[in-house]
Amino acid sequence: MHTCNLGKYQFSIFGYRLIFLFFFNSRASELLFDGVKEHQVTLPGQSDPWDMKQLLVWIQRNLLKERPELFVQGESVRPGILVLINDADWELMGELDYQLQDQDCIVFISTLHGG
Amino acid sequence: MPVQCSSCREKRAVLKRPKTGHSLCKECFFWAFEEEVHQTIKAAELFKPGESVGIAASGGKDSTVLAHVMKLLNERYNYGLDLMLISVDEGITGYRDDSLETVKRNQQQYELPLKIVSYEELYGWTMDAIVKQVGLKNNCTFCGVFRRQALDRGAIMLKVDKICTGHNADDVAETVLMNVLRGDIARLRRCTAISTTSEGDGVVPRCKPLKYAYEKEIVLYAYFKKLDYFSTECIYSPNAYRGHARTFLKDLESIRSSSIIDIIHSGENLSVRDGVKMPVQGTCSRCGYISSQALCKSCVLLEGLNRGLPKLGIGKHHRLHDKLLSQQPLTEKEERKLKSVDF
Repeated sequence: MHTCNLGKYQFSIFGYRLIFLFFFNSRASELLFDGVKEHQVTLPGQSDPWDMKQLLVWIQRNLLKERPELFVQGESVRPGILVLINDADWELMGELDYQLQDQDCIVFISTLHGG
Repeated sequence: MPVQCSSCREKRAVLKRPKTGHSLCKECFFWAFEEEVHQTIKAAELFKPGESVGIAASGGKDSTVLAHVMKLLNERYNYGLDLMLISVDEGITGYRDDSLETVKRNQQQYELPLKIVSYEELYGWTMDAIVKQVGLKNNCTFCGVFRRQALDRGAIMLKVDKICTGHNADDVAETVLMNVLRGDIARLRRCTAISTTSEGDGVVPRCKPLKYAYEKEIVLYAYFKKLDYFSTECIYSPNAYRGHARTFLKDLESIRSSSIIDIIHSGENLSVRDGVKMPVQGTCSRCGYISSQALCKSCVLLEGLNRGLPKLGIGKHHRLHDKLLSQQPLTEKEERKLKSVDF
């Protein structure tokens, strides 16, 4: 299983460079992200810092292909999806209010599949 | 802003525990998780020294964490157990064959013996073949009934005293809810039990050492320990009813994380009043396995498959058991009812 690899990307003055890792079962992963687990993205610069709430909207608009309800519910992630920010539970980081930093690594793990 | 570990007060916390609300660092979390499983095992006296224990291994997160923790605790606390892995091969191409590869790697990583029992060798039918005959509607019934018996058969071949399964707190809470929703009082009464006693020949006692472990913690334990597990959903449609119960439970958990343990608590403390009719446990007159009917579910399902009457084991057809046992032919009307499979 992958973990975050920080410091892999150069700082960019144009916005934030982020890494997303999605651990979903293969069917959900196929529907949501065309089966691509790792995404390296650059968020456009904006006057205020990006927070997680805005990031989820951005993901929904730019990454999700089909069935967004498998990923988001209301303005947060669907219950049962764990979120780690730089390998720490986002519940410790302010969840939706967390302000993103350049080179953050965000991991989404779905627990909604069998064991 | 990084949060400090509330236990060692040195390192950076990596998770908030759903059960206690504590923020723990990786090392303190590993320790707390393992100790709680140990306490569960000790409090319920799940094992005795010298016993051989089969770990039901699917290659998924729960059974991988279970195998890892059982091996670790057996050494840390000298349980004196002889551990092995038992896997069931349902014969589902593209799903079980891949997950069994994970189990085979786990066998190497944990240096435990592994026994794989297959539906094909036990019943003469793979799930692929069953789905071809019955379609995608009731296939989970076949799989569930066959798996239960398959694990027992595997355990008997390995001569283990007990089987432990990776059922976690979320699974148990989900089962309580489902039994309430279905009015299944017999199952509601026994589904929270941490272990079963031997119910007869051919049935090996089972236990759930992860009964009080939250799924969130199991997933994060596997993630932070970088355990090798397989996460694909069965290709033959998820169990829809369970899926709804699961979503409901996760919604509750996101509002109040103690919901899961609270539902288990409710289940554990329910008592069924006298006079409620309960099925009487007997044995199957064909294969000897436990059954509350003349024929066990597994034998009825199998008979249905072999006769080309797939609906025989779906729904209630107890009246036909005597006919089946005495190998009398069914009437045309009976056959017609059991043949049609609606898609």
